[in-house]
Amino acid sequence: MSAVVGEHHDDHHHGPAKGLTRWIFTTNHKDIGSMYLWFSFIMFLIGGSMALVIRAELFEPGMQIVVPGFFNQMTTMHGLIMVFGAVMPAFVGLANWLVPMMVGAPDMALPRMNNWSFWILPFAFTLLLSSLFMEGGAPNFGWTFYAPLSTTYAPPSVTFFIFGVHMMGISSIMGAINVIATILNLRAPGMTLMKMPLFVWTWLITAFLLIAVMPVLAGVVTMMLMDIHFGTSFFSAAGGGDPVLFQHVFWFFGHPEVYIMILPAFGVASQIIPTFSRKKLFGYPSMVYATASIAVLSFIVWAHHMFAVGLPLAGELFFMYATMLIAVPTGVKVFNWVSTMFRGSLTFETPMLFAIAFVILFTIGGFSGLMLAIAPVDFQYHDTYFVVAHFHYVLVPGAIFSIFAAAYYWLPKWTGHMYDEALGKAHFWLSFIGLNMTFFPMHFVGLAGMPRRIPDYAMQFADFNRISSMGAFLFGVTQLLFLFIVLKCIRGGKQATAQVWEGAEGLEWTLPSPAPYHSFTEPPQVK
Amino acid sequence: MTSDNTSAGQSSNRKVVVWALGIVVGMFGFGFALVPLYEVFCQVTGLNGKTGGRYEVSTTVQVDESRQIRVQFLTNTNENMPWQFKPLVREIKVHPGEQMKVEFYAKNTTGEMMVAQAVPSISPSEGAEFFHKTECFCFNQQILQPGEDINMPLIFLVDKDLPEGLHTLTLSYTLFDVTERTTKTKS
Repeated sequence: MSAVVGEHHDDHHHGPAKGLTRWIFTTNHKDIGSMYLWFSFIMFLIGGSMALVIRAELFEPGMQIVVPGFFNQMTTMHGLIMVFGAVMPAFVGLANWLVPMMVGAPDMALPRMNNWSFWILPFAFTLLLSSLFMEGGAPNFGWTFYAPLSTTYAPPSVTFFIFGVHMMGISSIMGAINVIATILNLRAPGMTLMKMPLFVWTWLITAFLLIAVMPVLAGVVTMMLMDIHFGTSFFSAAGGGDPVLFQHVFWFFGHPEVYIMILPAFGVASQIIPTFSRKKLFGYPSMVYATASIAVLSFIVWAHHMFAVGLPLAGELFFMYATMLIAVPTGVKVFNWVSTMFRGSLTFETPMLFAIAFVILFTIGGFSGLMLAIAPVDFQYHDTYFVVAHFHYVLVPGAIFSIFAAAYYWLPKWTGHMYDEALGKAHFWLSFIGLNMTFFPMHFVGLAGMPRRIPDYAMQFADFNRISSMGAFLFGVTQLLFLFIVLKCIRGGKQATAQVWEGAEGLEWTLPSPAPYHSFTEPPQVK
Repeated sequence: MTSDNTSAGQSSNRKVVVWALGIVVGMFGFGFALVPLYEVFCQVTGLNGKTGGRYEVSTTVQVDESRQIRVQFLTNTNENMPWQFKPLVREIKVHPGEQMKVEFYAKNTTGEMMVAQAVPSISPSEGAEFFHKTECFCFNQQILQPGEDINMPLIFLVDKDLPEGLHTLTLSYTLFDVTERTTKTKS
């Protein structure tokens, strides 16, 4: 990127500063977006390595490689790092790069805060990862950190975990406020709300979810901190508290959180599918309303994670039906994507392959979610590998495939070069195969009763687990290919045109490729 | 950087920041407000089997002689709690509205002074709001010297408004070791 910046010098604008200080002091949305994306990719590799430790141990029954305590640390840290370190920062990075260019703004509305919200993250995750080397080990209570596992029985490093969560929460909240301010205040003249690209819409709604629930997460870890160090008993029955309360507060944050990780993915798919179908997005207004309804519903379904905790019948029924209701707006979105492709002139470049796989595999994850939503059968599925299969199907081909799709789709705009299409397709197919090999068999072992988060298992699950482990290593190694493709694309490749893709529409495609360091200093007119 | 450097742009940004931070602070508070809300919700509905605090008996309580309720007593000790803890009567039949006294036995089997706290729970939870304790050892903490034992009273009555479908109530006590907690706050 830095090689091409010099060409855009003119009287009013200057390029980026030289050297390391460029990245430390930058307030440029493109620099910060790139840093977010690189950070999330590093976290993706770290969290992925932990997943491979888990899969290596589960390759065959019995204890082989790690001790159970370390296995627990791996499942916990894998979840935390993937959720808070990989998926969320990747979407914030995409928002940084794309939202200003899509709405015709010169930069984010609060550029200094933008710098701060990024630079908190490396410290937060250093704090979290450092707990791996502490006496007593890293957090080992699962990424959902249920009390009293995370309070009474927690390793001493739990305090580092709590402060790490506080810091990443502050970072997310600042990032979200920035996105809201940019979208509300810096839209180009003529760009009404209902003319915004869907990626911008989904991020606006995501940002509202973030400022609504990240404080609740901060609250729940603060209560833990007080229980552990200051003698309160929010979650301790002995002192009049209630461990079930923890689950209620946590999932009040946790359920909107899963939509925070998927709504921007909906936005990405809604940008890419019309481009490669060479048609307008089918049902734009219904997409906006469906996204908003999903966000609103996410606040009243949290206890479907807790069917087995002893809810009263009325509660089970309410949360069951409310959860199933979410399938309606989600179905609207899936049908809209399919209708967009229907009778389009489809081509299958890498971003489109990832986007189509996203639609199909996310729908599979949605269906297993519907199965889990049925309270009576959830008593069987609860805490089994079926749940693991479900949320990996919505997160890996959901969130992560959409991030890959976005990366391939906008890489030419970011770097000015086309990526290697053949390698991109290879990355897609290897990921697709690896992912399904890893997670599809988990449905079967889960339905047969294999519990999650346990390092050993009964003999009858051995075959499926072996397939899962082989798939996981295939998927994991394939991601190094992605790293290679991106590096190759940055260093060179076929020069990209401004529009890049034949059917692409939107303000970002009116800018030259690579996008100049400062763009839209004069706001464009939107008709 | 033109539009966001104008004073109009900056003041509208400031407005967004102010109300967004308002939401953030409000939701942080809401997280904590969930604690009392949850308590109140459980107490009002009786969900979770939570029983109320000390009940004041009015002198005019009528006894419903037409039916009998079976009340069962269960005791558990929390993990790491070495005390002996058991009900002296395992089961009793009462008429709704009738006051009853039962006793529980606890013994500190260790060589050290310990403090314990019992936490009650009623099952089925629909009956929780109709089970009234006028005197209960769970209202206080128990302090026992090494080897000391004690008989602890519970005086209760079952409300005569107890739903017709309920014939059995189970009262379960879990005994927690709170020695460390109490000595910590005292020192």
